[in-house]
Amino acid sequence: MSETTAKVRKSLARRYRQEKRFQAYGILSIGVGLLALLILFTDIIGKGHSAFFEHYIQLEISLDRDVLGVDDASDDEQLNYANFGGVIKEALRERFPGVDDRQQQRQLYALVSSGASYNLRDELKADPSLLGGTRNLWLLADDDVDLYLKTPEKKRPEARLGDQQKQWIEDLEAAGDTEKRFNASFFSHGDSREPELAGIGSAIVGSFFTMIVTLCLSFPIGVAAAIYLEEFAPRNKFTDFIEVNINNLAAVPSIIFGLLGLAIFINLFGLPRSVPLLGGLVLTLMTLPTIIITSRAAIKTVPPSVREGALALGASKMQVVLHHVLPLALPGMLTGSIIGMAQALGETAPLLLIGMVAFIVDIPGGPTDPATVLPVQIYLWADSPEQSFVAMTSAAIMVLLAFLITMNTLAVVLRKRLERRW
Amino acid sequence: MDTARELDNRNRADDDAAKPLIDVEERSMQDTPYPEKTVGKPFVDAPKMKLRHVNVFYADNQAIHDVSLDIGKNEVISLIGPSGCGKSTFLRSLNRMNDTIDICRVKGELHLDDQDLYDPKLDVVELRARVGMVFQKPNPFPKSIYDNVAYGPRLHGLADKKYDLDEIVENSLRSAGLWNEVKDRLHSSGTGLSGGQQQRLCIARTIAVSPEVVLMDEPCSALDPIATAKIEELIDELSESYTIAIVTHSMQQAARVSHRTAYFHLGRLIEVNDTETVFTKPEHELTEAYITGRFG
Repeated sequence: MSETTAKVRKSLARRYRQEKRFQAYGILSIGVGLLALLILFTDIIGKGHSAFFEHYIQLEISLDRDVLGVDDASDDEQLNYANFGGVIKEALRERFPGVDDRQQQRQLYALVSSGASYNLRDELKADPSLLGGTRNLWLLADDDVDLYLKTPEKKRPEARLGDQQKQWIEDLEAAGDTEKRFNASFFSHGDSREPELAGIGSAIVGSFFTMIVTLCLSFPIGVAAAIYLEEFAPRNKFTDFIEVNINNLAAVPSIIFGLLGLAIFINLFGLPRSVPLLGGLVLTLMTLPTIIITSRAAIKTVPPSVREGALALGASKMQVVLHHVLPLALPGMLTGSIIGMAQALGETAPLLLIGMVAFIVDIPGGPTDPATVLPVQIYLWADSPEQSFVAMTSAAIMVLLAFLITMNTLAVVLRKRLERRW
Repeated sequence: MDTARELDNRNRADDDAAKPLIDVEERSMQDTPYPEKTVGKPFVDAPKMKLRHVNVFYADNQAIHDVSLDIGKNEVISLIGPSGCGKSTFLRSLNRMNDTIDICRVKGELHLDDQDLYDPKLDVVELRARVGMVFQKPNPFPKSIYDNVAYGPRLHGLADKKYDLDEIVENSLRSAGLWNEVKDRLHSSGTGLSGGQQQRLCIARTIAVSPEVVLMDEPCSALDPIATAKIEELIDELSESYTIAIVTHSMQQAARVSHRTAYFHLGRLIEVNDTETVFTKPEHELTEAYITGRFG
């Protein structure tokens, strides 16, 4: 073995050790990232999964004409003013006789959600013949009851309920008069002070309208700006200046865009507050730099040989852009836009400043109706004192994350699908 | 530059005794004076392209110095010379592809028949329909073979009916010697062809708009010998209907395909002669040095 070979062998071992160490650092970093993600998901899912279910209580309810004050159940007007609360209270008193104390009665009535009246109204509306009869009906339980029923046996003594109430709930449970159902209203209802009635419906619709406005504005503007800067603009100090400023915009904290929206769109142009149109405008400002930068990068990857080929055949500059550059750059532009939109979907700060933090019960019917968006709804619930909102907050986060993951997956799939080789 | 080369030579001298001898000779070639004007036969009767006193600048750098040359009708002229001598730049100024480079300026009189190429009133789109170009690297569009060939005719509205377009596509592919290979897969991607087929597709694409002149910028440098042979054969056939100017690095190729050969050296046109003369009895020392392989 020659001297060189010996030296090489010696150094080889060291090099391989270094390489292994280097790889180990990488794996370690990925591990840390995955661990953080795992902790986040376990925490959120652990807290939030229970919010997708809610409890109902079965009561024997007599739909008495006199107590309800209704003589024709097909008359909507009468149903709207009917005293459903009265029949529910009566049913509760029947179920647990001997509660005469006013204080105790109030506690008893609190077992059923205030939204149960609407349950009852809908039942009656669907089947007017029920009027005057007696029926076993399932009514939405109050959030505290719901929470108690979701609590494991061991922890129940710590629950924030009176002993009498706990007894009643245990009785109902033992009699099989409680039922756990899928919480469909979580997705269809607007916000509410009552956790069992609150839902992310209006926030989802609000987010949807906001995203539509953002997409319709930022994609065409961003792509047009990118094409102009990349294909047509002369290279001079002015375009350099624009480029630097676009990069700067991308780094501006989002809350500044909220202030800008407040000052310009609301104060100067007099747009209404709290509406998706305004939110969309502000988020457009925020998303534009991302879309412009990614679109320019996508245009840059189109090989010059394709452009030259088209030019040499007598295509005008615009034809080169429309026929060749744009189709080839589109996957990249779409990916960038989807990532920009995902960013905008999760954005909260600027929307707080333009009033989208309002308490919105109704589902917005269009981009000019007051609305809130998912991340703001999460922010609002995280701030609420009722214990049930903890689970609802986590559930809303799960929904938001699901949307974000879907969008990002879509971006990856689109890129893979549309990517062309040349 | 020179110092760097000398240093390099000194290093090389240790392990390669033959090398310095050549370098010495090369250095002496650098001192050979450029001819006052191009030697040989730069001009022909009734030229297709008449180019006089062409100067091309990249910003303040002059890439082409006072080149005057005629390109005859149905002639194949090859432009040869060492790397960086400006032959591609010169070729690209013939269909104004240099317009795409901001800092590039072209001066001189360039005429295609009677048309001034750099007439501000001339539409460059029209010019490029008359003077087509094939590039070094095959650059088919990422579209179907059919669409690649049909792109130019569609652009210029050469065919009104689908039937006419089909005919143009078929004829162009036949002329490019590609028809038999691709007729069953006209609608599969042009980028899926082999390198040589891609280049012939690019030639078909170029001749689909029936240009008068076809410029070829090292069309075979990215191809293997068999594909190269096919292209060379094709150039020979095309010369019956088109005027062709071809830039090439391969002197054998120049010798095989062209009628006349122009030798460029550092932005100057040194010699233009019948191909046979250039390769057997070059008139200028620099030409001789280049074709005998003493530098380049």
